[in-house]
Amino acid sequence: METSYWQENLRLILICLAIWFIVSFGFGLLLVEPLNAIRLGGYKLGFWFAQQGSIYTFVGLIFWYTHKMNQLDKKYNVEDE
Amino acid sequence: MDELKLYTWIAVGGTFGLYFFLAWWARAGSTSEFYAAGGGITPMQNGMAIGADWMSAASFISMAGLIAFLGYGGSVFLMGWTGGYVLLAMCLAPYMRKHGKFTVPEFIGDRFYSRTARIVAVVCLIIASVTYIIGQMKGVGVAFSMFLEVEYETGLYIGMAVVFVYATLGGMKGITYTQIAQYVVLITAYTIPAIFISLQLTGNPIPQLGLGSTLADGSGVYLLDKLDQVVTQLGFKEYTTANMTGYVEMFAYTMSLMIGTAGLPHVIMRFFTVPSVKAARQSAGYALVFIALLYTVAPAVGAMARFNLMNTIEPAAGQNLEYAERPQWFKDWERTGLLQFEDKNGDGKIQYSADANSNEMVKVDRDIMVLANPSIANLPNWVIALVAAGGLAAALSTAAGLLLAISSAVSHDLMKGVLMPDMSEKNELRASRIVMTISIAFAGYLGLNPPGFAAGTVALAFGLAASSIFPALMMGIFSKKMNSKAAIAGMCAGLGVTMLYVFQHKGVMFIPELKYMGGMEENWFLGISPNAFGSVGALVNFAVAFIVLKATGPAPSHIQEMVDNFRTPHGEVAAAHDH
Repeated sequence: METSYWQENLRLILICLAIWFIVSFGFGLLLVEPLNAIRLGGYKLGFWFAQQGSIYTFVGLIFWYTHKMNQLDKKYNVEDE
Repeated sequence: MDELKLYTWIAVGGTFGLYFFLAWWARAGSTSEFYAAGGGITPMQNGMAIGADWMSAASFISMAGLIAFLGYGGSVFLMGWTGGYVLLAMCLAPYMRKHGKFTVPEFIGDRFYSRTARIVAVVCLIIASVTYIIGQMKGVGVAFSMFLEVEYETGLYIGMAVVFVYATLGGMKGITYTQIAQYVVLITAYTIPAIFISLQLTGNPIPQLGLGSTLADGSGVYLLDKLDQVVTQLGFKEYTTANMTGYVEMFAYTMSLMIGTAGLPHVIMRFFTVPSVKAARQSAGYALVFIALLYTVAPAVGAMARFNLMNTIEPAAGQNLEYAERPQWFKDWERTGLLQFEDKNGDGKIQYSADANSNEMVKVDRDIMVLANPSIANLPNWVIALVAAGGLAAALSTAAGLLLAISSAVSHDLMKGVLMPDMSEKNELRASRIVMTISIAFAGYLGLNPPGFAAGTVALAFGLAASSIFPALMMGIFSKKMNSKAAIAGMCAGLGVTMLYVFQHKGVMFIPELKYMGGMEENWFLGISPNAFGSVGALVNFAVAFIVLKATGPAPSHIQEMVDNFRTPHGEVAAAHDH
């Protein structure tokens, strides 16, 4: 039972870290030049991801992970008191 | 006494009074309260405290200035110093909280069932934290001397006294409540000028949106487009695309800061203060919300400060400012030597360009951008006074967190854990207060006599945490089989490679004459600067550890059971396996 709780946790972490990598290292660094051709108001999109968008995504990711883990804790009945 | 000085004394005096009151109100009575605030801090409170703990004088004063002059290249600091919290929330904090100990070296010692591992971790922690603290002490001295015109030394003594009172009295508990107050002070002080300036320039009060808006002068041109145009005309790199020395460098730099953040002991320690695993995850989320408030405003502050600076000196192409008509803030900062003008062509006007031969702004210190910003934008005096209190709050809160990390490593890990296991709780509490007093005196001494290497050391702090502590914690949690020999070998290898690289390019102990391969960029490994090398050190750490693990066999079964235990939130806290 505990292995599968851990495996589900690992799967969640991998999904989150993939998104974490894509918005920062992907959109903010490696793909910044093509993305800069697109505009978001006065922002070039790649520049926006590097200085704003990645940070907002990080915040969202942590809360989503926390929410999912609370569900997982309940599902496997491993909540701490 | 002029109005500005009066307001500044009121702001600084008032906030200091508040910190003292909170420290007295929340003083610590037990080691558990002293190290971990009794485990009774709510996630939201902890998030704010982490925010203040994390955001130092460097975040408050230096970062926006760096971004102002680096443009897009400054993004490494924004992504690097926030992305680490994702790692903390998912990969480190919940499991270390479950394990239920007070300090990072204690966790490493337990997990790798080895006193040597614990001592190696203590050494990494002390080097990283002491190097960090020098910068905070300097920040306190500079803020006092700049805003209140007292001597640098006097400012430093005042700062030491304040930290001494509330850190030794309250321990983690007192520090936590003080840091919550300091967070509120510093975020207010940071955002109010930014809102004013954003409103002035773009008509939008939210700086994050203002940065992407059109200018309020009716031209309909976007702020960032105008800034790009102004700086490129003068020969500077285009603001929104200006790179560092390349994408490899930016990649490595961002990664180093991210994993360095996740490995800094004074931040991790804060997760031991919450009551549950669930609360540990949540507090990482709140922490990042509170940090993001400043970090998403900083790029707007940077770009707008650069824009205002350029506009003041050259309001329209070719119409340069007469030196004799320079504004008051220009004169003020000239007095400090951080701003220097030299009339090279003798026309009495100020020419500012990227061409070293004709540029007359011979020195524009990056650190003045945040501090001078309110005066450049002609904001009222009470706003400037607020910035002084905010800068001090940022420096003091980080210094206190670092001091606590150092004193707990010495009193709890070295004295109680290794040298005198029989020490009573009362004596341990007394010892940690004494160690903290010594640490404050030592930090103050270093602030008074900043060693030649002070400037290069913050990078070393991140490099060390990234290459030694972070990989050890990750492997301890995610690889059940990881054994003590492999982990110690990995830590030493990662640490060694990083220190060698930094010394090689910046000089042994940062004495420039002792750099044995020269600091030239041509010699950088794959174009990676010493500041960004922690990520390579971390790779070396992982590689060495797994090779040694192959040769030495898996960790004993009771250790693997302990790992299973801290991977699940419920159930008993593991017993210590001291040898």
